[in-house]
Amino acid sequence: MKQSILDIIYMIGAVSFIFGIKMLGNPEKAKKGNLVAAFGMGIAIFGTIFLYENNGKPLNNYAWIFGGLIVGSVIGTMMAKKVKMTGMPQMVSFFNGMGGACAALISLVEFDHLSHEGDFTQAPVLKLIIIFLGLIIGSISFAGSMIAFGKLDEKIKDKTLPLQQVINIGLMVVLLGIAFAASFGLITNPMVLYLLLVLSLIYGVLFVMPIGGADMPVVISLLNSFTGVAAAMGGFLYDNKVMLFGGILVGSAGTLLTVVMCKAMNRSLTNVLIGNFGGGSAAAGEGKAITGSIKEINKTDAAVLMKYSKKVVIVPGYGLAVAQAQHVCHELEQVLEDEGVEVKYAIHPVAGRMPGHMNVLLAESNVSYDKLIEMDDINPEFKTTDVVLIVGANDVVNPAAKNDPSSPIYGMPILEVEDAAHTIVMKRSMKAGYAGIENELFYSSKNSMLFGDAKKTLTDLVTELKSL
Amino acid sequence: MEAILTFISNNQLMIYMVILMIFVGIELIEKVPSVLHTPLMSGANAIHGVVIIGAIIIMGQAESIFAIVLGFIAVVLGTLNVVGGFVVTDRMLDMFKKKKK
Repeated sequence: MKQSILDIIYMIGAVSFIFGIKMLGNPEKAKKGNLVAAFGMGIAIFGTIFLYENNGKPLNNYAWIFGGLIVGSVIGTMMAKKVKMTGMPQMVSFFNGMGGACAALISLVEFDHLSHEGDFTQAPVLKLIIIFLGLIIGSISFAGSMIAFGKLDEKIKDKTLPLQQVINIGLMVVLLGIAFAASFGLITNPMVLYLLLVLSLIYGVLFVMPIGGADMPVVISLLNSFTGVAAAMGGFLYDNKVMLFGGILVGSAGTLLTVVMCKAMNRSLTNVLIGNFGGGSAAAGEGKAITGSIKEINKTDAAVLMKYSKKVVIVPGYGLAVAQAQHVCHELEQVLEDEGVEVKYAIHPVAGRMPGHMNVLLAESNVSYDKLIEMDDINPEFKTTDVVLIVGANDVVNPAAKNDPSSPIYGMPILEVEDAAHTIVMKRSMKAGYAGIENELFYSSKNSMLFGDAKKTLTDLVTELKSL
Repeated sequence: MEAILTFISNNQLMIYMVILMIFVGIELIEKVPSVLHTPLMSGANAIHGVVIIGAIIIMGQAESIFAIVLGFIAVVLGTLNVVGGFVVTDRMLDMFKKKKK
């Protein structure tokens, strides 16, 4: 009886995951979709706690279970509520790593059970394979996510070892070799599990380490699907349908999302993973030498230029978000609109740190949704634009992506701001962008630079505009 | 070889399910506007927190200190994944709400 109720609960849980993900893909219903999935998760968790039975024995250790749930919920909620909108991507990466670690711990404990019951080599081969895979995938996901977290938080720099790809592939082969040897009884020492754990953690670090910071979203999405697969291993282990369901669903949806993200940058997944965006042999900054000179503009001139324009397009980048300048940016937009200037925002698919990240940040400061124009729609409009104001963006407006095959970002679709009559680039310094490459747009005769902190400069521009 | 074949015929349902789920996953994501990639990834991230069920089962059956300690850590980490994941996604999606004027 209890078991049948639990089966039904798991069914409802699994269906709510599907509905949840489906609704998350629709701007109108996304918020409800998230709640639907959370509801499914909630009943699955409490159903397991109260109804799960193994050979007629219910679960024990309720104090520990609830203790863990409470500690995790409090810390999780606090972290998720406190994180700034700009820090969202690394937060997702962190939570993903936690899931991976959880899967790895399950394998550790289950293996320990096996070796206590006697020789682990007596266990069914498939069970061993599942335990090992859960451990390996979970650990890689954990270690990789932590590195991705550190990179996005700018605590860890890109590093490439010599022969990095050879080392990575070699390590992977060794890892799988040991796992299969142990599964088929060729290795009998139970310490093999810890060897696999350490090697998987090292692999996770080495896997993410050389990948450029700008590509982290793709990596996080990929690791996300890894954790999904690790969770599915748990589903096989306990013959638990909802774990299997949720895990495989995220595994496949996550893989496709990864590919879609790569497409948005017009690059292949292989290119992202081994293309060495920010370092390695194809070192960044090796593009064509740029000739020409840059021209500065002062705030008053910039304000006058915009005030007497018909159409101004703002290109926001991560720099805008870091400077917390979204609100001032919105104010500038309103002041210009009051002067009768048409203002739009051009959103590159990878503006910010993740696809859609910039929309979230601007929406936070009340910028109206229909003013945010996506790249393919805004590109033809630049020809009729008087002034493009580029705030804290760099690589997404770099013409080298179109006309310099030697550039590391060659092939990435960009915002074609050079079609506009004037461009004003607002930057703190001449430092290269996130991808670490020079931008020839800065040297164009139509471009002027406005140096300074984005927030302060925008505030000053608003004051100038009001006093004109 | 025989073990694999028997496994396949004994677990047909499971295998069919996995195959179908892969297609469902792909189908669900295919036509999503890029604006929603971040919240979607974050929501999927919370869903794989379902791994916590495994952690609860381990914790509930734990007898040795080793299993209790690791099981407890696993429950905490799994909960972090689930709760943190859903709360972060909810916060992101708050930003998409239509603004009242």
